[in-house]
Amino acid sequence: MENGVWVFIENDLGTIADVSLELLCKGRELADQLGCELGCFIIGHQVSDAASDLIAFGADMVCVADHAQLVHYLTLPYTRIAVELIKEYRPSIVLIGATHTGRDLAPRIASHMRTGLTADCTDLQIGEYKFGKKIWKELLWQIRPAFGGNVIATIVTPETRPQMATVREGVFRQPEADPARKGTVVDLNPTLTEQDLIFKIVERVKAEKKVNLKAARIIVAGGMGVGSKDNFQLVRELARVLGGEVGATRAAVDAGFVGHERQIGQTGVTVRPNLYIACGISGAIQHRAGMQESSRIIAINTDSSAPIFSVAHYGITGDLNEVIPRMIKAYKEKD
Amino acid sequence: MAYRMVCLMKQVPDTRNISADVLREDGTVNRQALPAVVNPDDLFALEMALDVKDKHGGEITVMSMGPPAAIEVLKDAMSRGADHAILLTDKKFAGADTLATSHVLESAIRKNGPFNLIFCGRQAIDGDTAQVGPQVAEKLDIPQVTFAEAIEFLDKNDIVIRRAIEGGFERIRGRIPLLVTVTNTAANPRPPSIKRKMFWKKAQTRSSVQSEEERVMLSKRGLLIPVWGLAEVGCAAEICGFAGSETWIKHIENVKLTAHEPKCFDTSETGIKELINELINEHII
Ligand SMILES: Cc1cc2nc3c(=O)[nH]c(=O)nc-3n(C[C@H](O)[C@H](O)[C@H](O)COP(=O)(O)OP(=O)(O)OC[C@H]3O[C@@H](n4cnc5c(N)ncnc54)[C@H](O)[C@@H]3O)c2cc1C
Ligand SMILES: Nc1ncnc2c1ncn2[C@@H]1O[C@H](COP(=O)(O)O)[C@@H](O)[C@H]1O
Repeated sequence: MENGVWVFIENDLGTIADVSLELLCKGRELADQLGCELGCFIIGHQVSDAASDLIAFGADMVCVADHAQLVHYLTLPYTRIAVELIKEYRPSIVLIGATHTGRDLAPRIASHMRTGLTADCTDLQIGEYKFGKKIWKELLWQIRPAFGGNVIATIVTPETRPQMATVREGVFRQPEADPARKGTVVDLNPTLTEQDLIFKIVERVKAEKKVNLKAARIIVAGGMGVGSKDNFQLVRELARVLGGEVGATRAAVDAGFVGHERQIGQTGVTVRPNLYIACGISGAIQHRAGMQESSRIIAINTDSSAPIFSVAHYGITGDLNEVIPRMIKAYKEKD
Repeated sequence: MAYRMVCLMKQVPDTRNISADVLREDGTVNRQALPAVVNPDDLFALEMALDVKDKHGGEITVMSMGPPAAIEVLKDAMSRGADHAILLTDKKFAGADTLATSHVLESAIRKNGPFNLIFCGRQAIDGDTAQVGPQVAEKLDIPQVTFAEAIEFLDKNDIVIRRAIEGGFERIRGRIPLLVTVTNTAANPRPPSIKRKMFWKKAQTRSSVQSEEERVMLSKRGLLIPVWGLAEVGCAAEICGFAGSETWIKHIENVKLTAHEPKCFDTSETGIKELINELINEHII
């Protein structure tokens, strides 16, 4: 099982996180291309049912660390178990979801292994890399927008293993289950030390309803052009009338117009709705990375040269304060 | 108990409001034209440290790794109430990825002596990576609590922290020493005091002072900010900066925006009606 592709499977009381399944799907593709196996590891409590699902979803091997004290994520024991597995199976690639948990765990593992880690990749490929006279074959190309405008960087980790990357929810597609697939399940039966458990969760409050932007068929997103938190009501109203969800840019989130869970883009969620209405959004590459695969895109912007128009199917050059109320009116009048 | 604290702060280009005048023709950003600011989350980290100091007493050392200009971050932190500042700068530190950055920060923290709490921002806005904090904690072999919003209890050994999780929060109890990364949903940073700001405005590093007299004068007033390079930090050159980075940039591609023409509608009521009707006819809405 050495040199495989491995995925960390995040779960909430046994329910596998979407992003982990998406990574399994991409991981399968990469493993097939490399001719190696796809492994994954899941840590939690009462997660054995999940193990067989993971095989159906593409894994060749599933390592399960089941323990009552591991029911929720804890940095120290999760890192220790992950590092021990990596040392034993020496995967070539380790992929982790860029969730709160993944962003706590991945850098900790990378630091321990003294290896590279690229955050929030928007694509992963296999390819070679030449530097001087040296050639590395079959490296993981970790692709992400780089700061500095319209630029995308391809990053590699030639010298150390594993090659590590985190990816946000929605970037890759979900795999289809094939119940006939075969694979091995390894029970790790972890024993925890006192050191592992110096931190304990004393209370955990999680709202049931999480915004699910990924599942929305229509998304109305607002950017800095909306102007203020109060004015964001316009965007909400259009979303409500059309039966869609509300999204936003990082800038709009930073400005406090809406909550962080609605951020769309490289460091937010990636969405592919039937209809995406971008209101007062310039269309920076980090934003486009999370919405450009929408089936139809409408851009409303006062600046006709804004980059958002280059990915839009329909464009309205104008003030959203005029355009949105007219859209609402026209839609209401149609019936 | 008085706590020994270290706060790690980074100077970043202000990526929040990239106006049209810093964009080049090809859509890339003219970095030099962007203002350099204190990474926003790091001000929340400093605030959490200052709050511990107010409530329990202690001393805060602020460290920043970066070019000499990063001294501005330290001056800002001193104006808000930090006690000591150290600038980590060396040509050998340049070009560092998060792993190489964490090596230098770890060595500097160890060099600085015993500590109870280390504070970082959740993430830096130039990359949104959120990696340096956990990487430093792992190297120091101490626990971490990321996405922290408040320290709710603290005594000689124990700490209770409220941290953000997706769609909610967690209350987590454990022991110090500890590294905490702080989100922007924590208590708002206090402004710098005008008096301290005026005072720290004059601060310099040894290498930036013009004359011996000036150096003596600044040193007397406590306005000479120490600079630690490779030798002072005491970390091997091959694990710092570009040499110590395990992520290499293979290439950077400038994305050409295709001269693509969306179907345009005007903003009049008729124009918008046409658009809505087209969407309805195509069963999009
Ligand atoms: C590491 C990193 C990660 C990032 N991740 C993300 C991410 O995940 N998601 C994301 O969105 N961004 C992300 N960004 C930020 C991104 O680079 C842009 O800064 C951001 O997307 C800009 O948001 P905006 O379009 O709302 O604001 P602006 O760029 O300020 O654009 C506002 C637009 O509104 C238009 N406008 C103004 N008034 C009106 C009006 N009355 N009517 C109509 N239009 C109007 C203006 O012409 C302008 O085009 C990231 C940046 C970095 C460095
Ligand atoms: N060069 C640096 N100097 C000091 N602190 C840093 C540096 N880089 C990162 N940090 C700290 O690590 C946090 C996360 O940074 P990042 O991993 O770059 O998103 C920041 O908010 C800082 O607290």
